[in-house]
Amino acid sequence: MELAIGIILGCCALGAGMAMIAGIGPGIGEGNAVASACEAIARQPESKGSVTTTMLMGCAIAETTGLYALVIAILLIFVAPSLLIDILVDTMKSL
Amino acid sequence: MKLNKTSLKFKIIDVFYITMMILPIVFGIVLQVLTKPMSEGIAITGARVYFTIPMPVQDFPVTESQVNSAIVLIVIFFFCLFITHGMTKKIDLKRQHIAELIVEKVDSLVKENMGEYFKGFAPFIIAILALSAFSSLLTLFGLYPPTSDINIVGGWAVLVFFLITYYKMKCGPLNYLKGFTEPVALLAPINFISEFATPISMAFRHYGNVLSGTVISVLLGSALAGLSSMLLGSLPGFLADIPLFQMGIPAVLSIYFDVFSGCLQAFIFAMLTMMYVGGAFDLETYKQKKAQKSAKNKQ
Repeated sequence: MELAIGIILGCCALGAGMAMIAGIGPGIGEGNAVASACEAIARQPESKGSVTTTMLMGCAIAETTGLYALVIAILLIFVAPSLLIDILVDTMKSL
Repeated sequence: MKLNKTSLKFKIIDVFYITMMILPIVFGIVLQVLTKPMSEGIAITGARVYFTIPMPVQDFPVTESQVNSAIVLIVIFFFCLFITHGMTKKIDLKRQHIAELIVEKVDSLVKENMGEYFKGFAPFIIAILALSAFSSLLTLFGLYPPTSDINIVGGWAVLVFFLITYYKMKCGPLNYLKGFTEPVALLAPINFISEFATPISMAFRHYGNVLSGTVISVLLGSALAGLSSMLLGSLPGFLADIPLFQMGIPAVLSIYFDVFSGCLQAFIFAMLTMMYVGGAFDLETYKQKKAQKSAKNKQ
């Protein structure tokens, strides 16, 4: 029983960590977006305001996939273990 | 009605509005202090449930996020009353400049992003912007931000989804259904899924940003507490309890996560609302349909 609970907790933590690998994608994407925005501002300093607004919008949209991973990681850490342990205890009782 | 801004009545109403702006926040802090268990320390928790109202199908819980968003609503309501109090044609109060600045900025933003047809949308956009920004800024008072609860942000996203669908339906339901088969008919299921992905991604974006700020702040806070107890723990007496590293350092992170990120997410939520609703409506087709209908009615 203790072993099973330990495996559940460990696997939930592992899964949460693995879900956050998705953070790489938004990182690269936002880096590209900001680099291009810097180039655009260097070329045309007068268009700084609109470039910054567009860049922030694009960054926020690129961030979404990373935030999905974050939500999954948070669910795995805070919600999943107690649910899974409840299921385990119930099945052990019924056996 | 001639307005005398030095009269006693005017001043009393002013003071009343300001106190009504401060009182809800004080009420929230007092409620937090009274109901939060002291021994808890720093922990990541969801919204606490104050009490539940028994309902026929399912019990209705009154949570922290509902109470706090009611606080935000009252504060914004009295802020608007205060800022527009004593408006005259010839400006003689400083606050009227702020009010006019807000209205003009939002009007031009809505016109720029949604077109002339949607200029009536400005009050809705500034309402959603102010609600979201003030909700995130509530963390500065140590209260639970309603925007880090998926139920609150999800509600706004569903509202936006209904608006999008309404404006897509405006050119006729058949036109709406035809939109699903847009590039090729084969893509209809994917278009259908992406229709429902819009509110989900909007809600998750806002909620995930605010929540991740909270989680990182809590992690840093507990790490700094451990560090200061490790370094100062061996000292005698009260010296061991001095939170040396917990002073000041979390405030730097709070500027980014609470102030900057909260305001940015509010702005992005409003911008996306404008873009989705503005993009859902095809003015050309609508005008054509209207012209056809009026031509038919004449015949």
